[in-house]
Amino acid sequence: MGSAVVEFEDIGKVFDAGRRAVRAVEHVDFRVYDGEFVTIVGPSGCGKSTLLNMAAGLLQPTEGTVRYRGAPVTGYNLVTGYMTQNDHLLPWRDVVGNIAVPLEIKRLPRARIRERVQALIDLVGLTGFERSYPAQLSGGMRKRTALARLLAYDPETFLMDEPFAALDAQLRVNMQIEVRRLCRRLNKTVLFVTHDLDEAVALGDRCVVFSPRPGTIRKIIDIPLAPARDLLRLRHDPAYVALTAELWDMIAPSFAATGGEPG
Amino acid sequence: MRLNALRILLFLVIVVSWELMSGPVIAEFFISRPSVIVRILSDWITNGSIFFHAGITAGEAFSGFLLGGFAGMTAGIVLGRARLLADVVDPFIMAFYSLPKIALAPLFILWFGIGMDMKIVLTGTVVFFLVFLNTYTGVRSVSRELVAILSLMGAKERHLLAKVVIPSAVTWVFAGLRISVPYALIGAIVGELIASNRGLGFVLADAAGQFDTGGVFAALIAIMLLAFLLNTAVKYTERKVMPWKSADETREVTI
Repeated sequence: MGSAVVEFEDIGKVFDAGRRAVRAVEHVDFRVYDGEFVTIVGPSGCGKSTLLNMAAGLLQPTEGTVRYRGAPVTGYNLVTGYMTQNDHLLPWRDVVGNIAVPLEIKRLPRARIRERVQALIDLVGLTGFERSYPAQLSGGMRKRTALARLLAYDPETFLMDEPFAALDAQLRVNMQIEVRRLCRRLNKTVLFVTHDLDEAVALGDRCVVFSPRPGTIRKIIDIPLAPARDLLRLRHDPAYVALTAELWDMIAPSFAATGGEPG
Repeated sequence: MRLNALRILLFLVIVVSWELMSGPVIAEFFISRPSVIVRILSDWITNGSIFFHAGITAGEAFSGFLLGGFAGMTAGIVLGRARLLADVVDPFIMAFYSLPKIALAPLFILWFGIGMDMKIVLTGTVVFFLVFLNTYTGVRSVSRELVAILSLMGAKERHLLAKVVIPSAVTWVFAGLRISVPYALIGAIVGELIASNRGLGFVLADAAGQFDTGGVFAALIAIMLLAFLLNTAVKYTERKVMPWKSADETREVTI
């Protein structure tokens, strides 16, 4: 195992929600190592997104310390990149323009930007849609654009917050395959939040299972699937089936306890 | 097609009944008659006076539009980004906003005389507030997630301004400009009514002063046409400046 990239050290976070304080997470303690794909799964409202925000430096923990490569995260953590359920593309820029944003911020010369954007468009399969505006694209193509933009600025660690939650099943599998393949090829460290157990097992090298709010770690599972797994054939893999069943049994009681509502 | 035919029919009904009622039903002195109005308008067109006066009014409205629009956009963006400053000046802006801008006309006459400058400033003041308030709201409503995502890419305030804040404010600036068109004309015309010797407002006041009802109606029609032109110009510019908007409008809606 490589060196630790993101370290959550006994993290607690309390939000001030009007008159009452809401405790989002407590005593969260785990590490993410170099090149690892870690999925975080748990019922909604268990503070999964809060952890990603802390890793990016958008939020500060109330208790404990978040470290990135040993140093405490205090401001925007510029070596991390975000991808969320809402793709947050710029509606006034076409596909090329959107992917070019991080490269323009880095002040790359125009010719280099053009070259790099075209390569990324080919990589994520958006060829032919260069001049389309986000409003003209399907949900899947918007996702691909957001992914290409993330790859363009090439952060060391990807923070993904239910990026495919709004996609239909086929599209989601396609995007999952793509993300898993690209992250392995580029040796990215990934923190991937989802509420979908299948997705958590299919994508992760390890899976962190959360309890309902206040979110605490129930269990950290090593996923015994091959690094170069075939996502389309997982349903026939006994290890995969056993693991998702085990996870389901662990999480389902908490659904019943809260009636499916965030706790 | 059918809709347009019905519209023309309605127009003809109004014009014909106006022509017939003028005299027997209502004295011609009060409502003039369409044939007279057309004659006056065509006289004005042949001797070119209408173009001179319309040009003056359009120039005032347009300059005021640019001045107020630009100032309103700038102020909206600056105050939209600087929270503290916005909170400090908020009561002052609201106090000025509540003031009927037309009431400032006498002051502007003292400051700028009765030439075009005074009408431009009056129009500009009216347009400023409409554009400013729209832009300000727009800048405030810029998605904070989007700002966070770009900040993680290393974007500084100037990048955020150029790539996110200003482009998204443009939508709101145009929303402000569109509702400003009639108000811009109010500024120019009222300015001319109060004090001037040229412009459509002057033509209007002059005709009324001579009890020339036909001239009054002809001037009103000219003002209406000018408003229509100004509206079309704003819509055209909007489409040119924001191509993504028309892309959004023409897409097929699915649920």
